[in-house]
Amino acid sequence: MKLQASRRGDNLYIYLSGELDEHSAPALRAGTDKLIDENAGLSRAVFNLAGLRFMDSAGIGFLIGRYKKLKQYGMSMYLENPEESADKILSISGLYSLMPKI
Amino acid sequence: MNEMILKFPARSENEIFARNAVAAFVLPLNPSLTELSDVKTAVSEAVTNSIVHGYRGGEGWVTLICRTEGARLEVEVIDEGRGIEDVERALEPFFTTLPDEERSGMGFTIMQTFMSDFSVQSTKGAGTKVKMCKEFAAGALHAG
Repeated sequence: MKLQASRRGDNLYIYLSGELDEHSAPALRAGTDKLIDENAGLSRAVFNLAGLRFMDSAGIGFLIGRYKKLKQYGMSMYLENPEESADKILSISGLYSLMPKI
Repeated sequence: MNEMILKFPARSENEIFARNAVAAFVLPLNPSLTELSDVKTAVSEAVTNSIVHGYRGGEGWVTLICRTEGARLEVEVIDEGRGIEDVERALEPFFTTLPDEERSGMGFTIMQTFMSDFSVQSTKGAGTKVKMCKEFAAGALHAG
């Protein structure tokens, strides 16, 4: 998994690429949480999923975990550009009601 | 008909190996990208369950059996781990026995949604076998 971020205005953009599964999730979690901590004053975080070649339910757990963390900082969370398969998983798990797709 | 049997240690780095091995095995059936992705996701869920829940991170082996016949794939994921206490509950969406580890409880729901047929047999203390099938819609149309 590769993790990249940029800050534009009041938004933190987080770009995920690679394969997100139970094996890759812990390192990704640590890296993302560090980014969130460093940008705690912003109003929202946008996760760009375009580079995710694979995601299973470990991705759902990962995203819900980040949603909870962002919420503690009063930050909202959004998702953008999921691949078709990730989109299917995000839809059936109802995640878009917590973190809308933009 | 073709058949494949793989046996590998229950380690998380083998999740990617298992799903890609199955994807390579079904390629001659010319699945669409969506179908291939569905199979990879379902296999990943089943193998992850064996590693995380069956063996709880401890030592053990996961057996993966694949058969193809015509446009149909059958996959079995078998472990000799601790088994599932209450299969009916485990199949409920969002049910997880490990809520503190950011588990979504969506693994079985995804397997059921992404595959054509799905069944799970489990014996407490003896292990779990997940069996899934996928019918590929129009094999020849995706040739090449």
